[in-house]
Amino acid sequence: MALFEAKDITKQFGTQFALDKVSISVPEQCIFGLLGPNGAGKTTLIRIINQITGPDSGELFLNGNKLKAEDVLSIGYLPEERGLYKKMKVGEQALYFAQLKGLSKAEAMKRLKYWFKKLDIVDWWGKKVEELSKGMQQKVQFITTILHEPKLIIFDEPFTGFDPVNTNVIKNEILFLRERGATIIFSTHNMESVEELCDNITLIDKAKTILEGNVNDIRRQWAANEYDIVFEGDVTLEGNGHYNILNKQTEENKSTIRLKTAGEADTNEILRTAVKSGKVLSFNPALPSMNEIFIRVVESRN
Amino acid sequence: MNKISIIIKREYMTRVRKKSFIIMTILAPVLMAAIIIVPTLVMMNQDQDFKKIAVIQDTPGLFKGVVPNTKNLEFDYLENVKLEDLQKTFQQAGYYGILFISSELVNTPNAIRLISKQQPPIALLQHIESSLEKEIEKQKLMTYNIQNLDEIMKNVETKVSIQTIKIDDSGKVKETSTGIAMALAYLSGFLMYMLVFIFGAQVMRGVIEEKTSRVVEVIVSSVKPIQLMMGKIIGIALVGLTQFLIWVFLTVGIVGVLKATILKKDNLTEVTQNVTKSVMTNDQQAAMGTQASQINPQMAEFSRIFDNAMNQPWGLIIICFIFYFITGYLLYASIFAAIGSAVDNETETQQFMLPVTIPIILALMVAMGTMQNPESSLSFWCSLIPLTSPVVMVARLPFGVPYWQIAVSMFLMIVTFIAFVWMAAKVYRTGILMYGKKTSWKEMWKWLRYSG
Repeated sequence: MALFEAKDITKQFGTQFALDKVSISVPEQCIFGLLGPNGAGKTTLIRIINQITGPDSGELFLNGNKLKAEDVLSIGYLPEERGLYKKMKVGEQALYFAQLKGLSKAEAMKRLKYWFKKLDIVDWWGKKVEELSKGMQQKVQFITTILHEPKLIIFDEPFTGFDPVNTNVIKNEILFLRERGATIIFSTHNMESVEELCDNITLIDKAKTILEGNVNDIRRQWAANEYDIVFEGDVTLEGNGHYNILNKQTEENKSTIRLKTAGEADTNEILRTAVKSGKVLSFNPALPSMNEIFIRVVESRN
Repeated sequence: MNKISIIIKREYMTRVRKKSFIIMTILAPVLMAAIIIVPTLVMMNQDQDFKKIAVIQDTPGLFKGVVPNTKNLEFDYLENVKLEDLQKTFQQAGYYGILFISSELVNTPNAIRLISKQQPPIALLQHIESSLEKEIEKQKLMTYNIQNLDEIMKNVETKVSIQTIKIDDSGKVKETSTGIAMALAYLSGFLMYMLVFIFGAQVMRGVIEEKTSRVVEVIVSSVKPIQLMMGKIIGIALVGLTQFLIWVFLTVGIVGVLKATILKKDNLTEVTQNVTKSVMTNDQQAAMGTQASQINPQMAEFSRIFDNAMNQPWGLIIICFIFYFITGYLLYASIFAAIGSAVDNETETQQFMLPVTIPIILALMVAMGTMQNPESSLSFWCSLIPLTSPVVMVARLPFGVPYWQIAVSMFLMIVTFIAFVWMAAKVYRTGILMYGKKTSWKEMWKWLRYSG
């Protein structure tokens, strides 16, 4: 069942459409990627989900019920443009945000202690925010986003400002949150992390939905007659009438060759040719990266 | 509601705990007290400074003894001394200055000079002028050969001091003082202006801080923008009220302590005398005249001023002041909040500030004019128009304002501030999420009409 649904959301600023009948459906415990180039309307949609602004038309459902004002308490939001009060102390500030999300002071303290310990920032409790490094601030912000254990969490570019180590820490926390039952909407331009984390995606461009579905299904759809053959040792494969060689990568004892067939291919025929050239370790349809798909889809519309 | 109170608490606590707040709160009454006390001390010092002045005339003996000595002033009438010689040596001879009187003085008012190294105090000049004026008048009268002139002169010597009495509808009579009404009008008008402006601008800075630090989007995902805006406005209003009450408390305390010390120490009564003299010369003289037989007329005068001040309609003034502070502040603070939301940094506020500052500065100017002429039609209209009424009305109150005017003014104020808060909330809601775009009034007008 879909935990969250938006149906035919339209939002106009003056004469310009920010969203034109955009619908999304986010299954429970799913990590849902909300993708799109800059200015596509993602932020507007996220703001509408958070009830920061209202849609001109369209409906929103949480858990099958129409979205209500109190539902902000079951949503956690980490905006792309995030910030904290610079002159305020870290602990005080985290408490303040927790209270705004409806937690009692005692409960908030208890949870904050747990998370500060978990993310290794206990020592910073009494410091002013301006004394913290950017990564530290992001950690504090991450904690304030999820502290009230929201059912739906929206992360807008959650990894900016983190070094690779901390990026990994946060990635694991996101997976952990999903494990515990949270549903996550994840907006980013980092397509690698989309492949790694997202189950479903919706791609918005110029206020309209242009691609949606399960990540693996989409990649398979866009596979477009490409295959990867992995050989043992340095093997060279020549192109013929049935296929062209796109590229070849050799590393240590392996060489990976990507080929593209002309039209519907007889994979057995290809494999027969390949076996003659060397020892085949694997043969797979090559899935295009989300990055490629993104660029191709968006550029095809221009 | 609960969320607003959390926001109010934060806005209040972060400001009240600031060092600058604590310093200002303590320092301001001390500065105010200093403004009152320092001139008094200066006056006292001047009066107690003993001065000896040499008097030279080109017709020796003509005005001899005319300017009488006082406790602190001694006039030496020198003969056979040339002005040029004395000019070089008068300081060594122990004189403060030289008064040169020409015999032409009878016909030419400025045929008299006071030569000194320092700027002479006004009291000294007034003393010399009035003594000589009297003497010349007398000499002129003498030319008419009136009999018993001296006696007649003594008889006709008159002092006039207007006692102002205010009578209300029920026929109750109150002794009032225009001086006190003026002081009160000035004080409350200026205080209103300061409070509304300073704390209104704080709201604007607060909004800009939240916008530039990007904290605002996090908050509005938990609370409605209008809750954030109102929480901030109310929180800062409470900071203002706190500071105001502490000031009142400290000022009353300081004045109380001063009053006690002044009334106790006899040699310090002069402080009171000097203070009152500067404020209300007329009353002072009246008191001196009617209560000359009393041992300590200054004390009587001092308590009379206190009684006079107590006769002001304090209840009405305080209630109205608080009403106009709250509504006036809400009105301006909501405009300031809207402006703060529309800009990216404080320098950009300039273009919007002018139209906002004009009415409030105009209000202050009208309020100052009100002290001269409380019944003028300009004051009347400005005390009804909501943008100027908070400052102008409180300045009018000590002079007495008909209740219907207060009622109309308050009604307009309430209607207007509700309208302004409503419009500001709409602009604010859109403005806080807009970045990198130069905003104009036209743009803000467009935001007003965006849907939820």
